[in-house]
Amino acid sequence: MARQRTRRWAQAAAALAFNAYLPNWLKGEIFQGGVKGICLPGLNCYSCPSAIGACPIGALQNFMGALRFNLSVGVRQFGLYVVGFLAAVGSLVGRAPCGWLCPFGLFQELVHKIPSPKLRIPRPLTYLRYVILVVFVFALPLLVVDEFGYGQTWFCKWICPDGTLIAGIPLSALNAGIRAQLAFMFRWKMGVLVLFLIWMVLSLRPFCRTTCPLGAIWGLFNKASLFRLTVDASSCTSCRKCVRACPLDIEVYERPNSPDCIRCLKCLDACALGSLDYEFLKAKAPALPDRAPGKAV
Amino acid sequence: MKRKLPWILFAVSIALVLVGLKLGEYATVLEKAVTVCLDCIGIG
Repeated sequence: MARQRTRRWAQAAAALAFNAYLPNWLKGEIFQGGVKGICLPGLNCYSCPSAIGACPIGALQNFMGALRFNLSVGVRQFGLYVVGFLAAVGSLVGRAPCGWLCPFGLFQELVHKIPSPKLRIPRPLTYLRYVILVVFVFALPLLVVDEFGYGQTWFCKWICPDGTLIAGIPLSALNAGIRAQLAFMFRWKMGVLVLFLIWMVLSLRPFCRTTCPLGAIWGLFNKASLFRLTVDASSCTSCRKCVRACPLDIEVYERPNSPDCIRCLKCLDACALGSLDYEFLKAKAPALPDRAPGKAV
Repeated sequence: MKRKLPWILFAVSIALVLVGLKLGEYATVLEKAVTVCLDCIGIG
């Protein structure tokens, strides 16, 4: 399918663009250019040697962790820049960056191609990402502080497998000073990464669906974003081809803008009747030659 | 009203970004981003 090929190229281009400073892979250092304060639209650890931008979830935790100290000394910084960035992306395209840009999403899709029995993810487990968002990104950094009043980046420290994969492993391999400090936390994070790697083989995008706080935030915008999927109820026969095509087990024809949807548009490709469509700034999906063009409701 | 909502959200989000930049938050994000995150790599 042409659209899925385009999506794959977009994912690859984004992964390269987000981590463009390749010389650091030879030095064991991280990029320190002035542009690194720009938040990237995806989960991409800023301690990756070649990362050229900031992870919005890491940045958000840092603001939450420093909030109480900052307020105590009169520094008014609340993370509005990061929250505004997240809301700007979400209000435009909802969770589309997950499906088209996020390097860790691409990684999971590639790992899932390894042949194995495939398992569905129970729907109740997908609500865990909201718990992780509230507890590990907001509550713990804000409430659990050290003697100086600073909180930790709890999600980054205890959960994020992306940080281990693209930052912890390469930096510890390339940098002797970092390697000398590895202890329990690194083993913990490696264990979390290994568990997710196994799960990625068995299920598609398990991290995105059950854990990612960034996807949790953007998913909340799916119903309200400028980009949205539409279902033509007059032509839809509930044949469920869209459901079978959906990699995330979404009942697409009933919930076209589910918070789980990463806007990969495989459902559009699968619909033989053209009942599924998308809208973005009044543009609609181009009609494919082998199906009737759909009308948006 | 429903189709105005994304634009309202977008406008509010841009306002938040601008206020955050005015408060110096870009420099704060940059300061963290250019420092090796010990929590992220499993040392902190």
